[in-house]
Amino acid sequence: MSQFKDIANNGLWKQNPGVVQLLGLCPTLAVTTNVVNGVSLGLATALVMAASNGAVSPVRKYVPDEIRVPVFILVIAALVTMIDLGIHGFAEPLHKVLGIFIPLIVVNCIVLARVESFAAKNAPAPAIWDGFMMGLGLTVVLGLLGGIREVVGKGTLFSGLDLALGPEFKSYILTVIPDYHGFLLAILPPGAFLGLASLIALRNWAELRKTKPVTASTAALKPSH
Amino acid sequence: MRTRNRAYLGIKNSMSETVIKHASKTAFTLMAFALVFTALMASVYLVTKTPIEKSEAAARMSLFRQIMPEHMHNNDLLADTVTIAPNALLGNQQATMANIARINHQPSGVILEAIAHDGYSGDIKLLIAIKADGSLSGVRVLTHKETPGLGDYIDIAKGKWITLFDNQSLTKTAEAGWKVKKDGGQFDYMVGATITPRAVVKAVHKALLYFEQNKVALFASNTTSALPASISQEQAP
Repeated sequence: MSQFKDIANNGLWKQNPGVVQLLGLCPTLAVTTNVVNGVSLGLATALVMAASNGAVSPVRKYVPDEIRVPVFILVIAALVTMIDLGIHGFAEPLHKVLGIFIPLIVVNCIVLARVESFAAKNAPAPAIWDGFMMGLGLTVVLGLLGGIREVVGKGTLFSGLDLALGPEFKSYILTVIPDYHGFLLAILPPGAFLGLASLIALRNWAELRKTKPVTASTAALKPSH
Repeated sequence: MRTRNRAYLGIKNSMSETVIKHASKTAFTLMAFALVFTALMASVYLVTKTPIEKSEAAARMSLFRQIMPEHMHNNDLLADTVTIAPNALLGNQQATMANIARINHQPSGVILEAIAHDGYSGDIKLLIAIKADGSLSGVRVLTHKETPGLGDYIDIAKGKWITLFDNQSLTKTAEAGWKVKKDGGQFDYMVGATITPRAVVKAVHKALLYFEQNKVALFASNTTSALPASISQEQAP
């Protein structure tokens, strides 16, 4: 069971795709203009990652090394297409919210990265868990980044929640800073880079604090970064 | 030396044989994967085809209700259609359908489908409802791929911007005014996302021009509206 705990720890903290592996930044930076967008894309990605890891792991022994990448991409693209069609056909309201994000997931290299580095070497159950946890780790980062950009850029939190969950959730939209005129930089792409940089710095700081007792090792870490 | 060479040749021969064997096995595996997953996708497509069409028709009808209110027509909008061949003003590369609104068989308006090709990413499909007098009843975005959180305010679900077009017409706003404010026109836009509204304003303007030029033909195509539904349905592809 400790393997599953390790996987969760890796996805959420040690190997967090958003702030440690820095993979899949294209959709990360593009859609995190508010919390709801960020979390929606994150959850959709987690679903696809769990599914693609789960699909690749059982067939990993039949995939020759030379063609593993084309096969993995084929599997991921097919899965995303099927999930997209399925949601469109049977969960129309969900499709309205997630519809624009789902095709973005195919271009997210974190999906391929986890299939290649984990699912291709592990049994299905840990592989699915890994995909889901990595996706969840990404979701946390996307949500935080979206939160920072939304508060700084528009002075609100959770705007668009009514679109995701229904009109009755409109009252949950918070106006953090009243009469705010907006700070466009945070909403535009540079704001995404600045916000992500702050999150990475914050995580590194927390990590360094944890290992502080051995001061020599923190000094040794510096040049290698 | 010689023996060594021979041995080397032998290895080379057997190697090329195994390479071919290996390559064909690899190719076969890749093909098998392609076949299986194509079959899977095809079956999911077939299963979801009807539900998707149904939900799209329902979505279309609810859009129709927003831009062509009930009091402006008493016919079945979905059944009363005219086919429009590819046209530069509407931006359609394939024949599309226009829906005619009527009150007691008299044309009261039309819903055109227009496509803006110059959005920020991909085509923006618009539904444009024009009253018989040439003024806009309403405009809605059908599909778009604009940046979430930035250019997507053209969608009624994300903002009221698109209602700027309500009651606009070619007579109310002169030619020069059909631009976003940044370009010297009279339509608002959001800073940071100008390309999207620019494309939409242009497309709506062109659709109005199309209506002005083709009004007679659009409405005449069905003056025999006592028997419209069946005939027009046959026209539909």
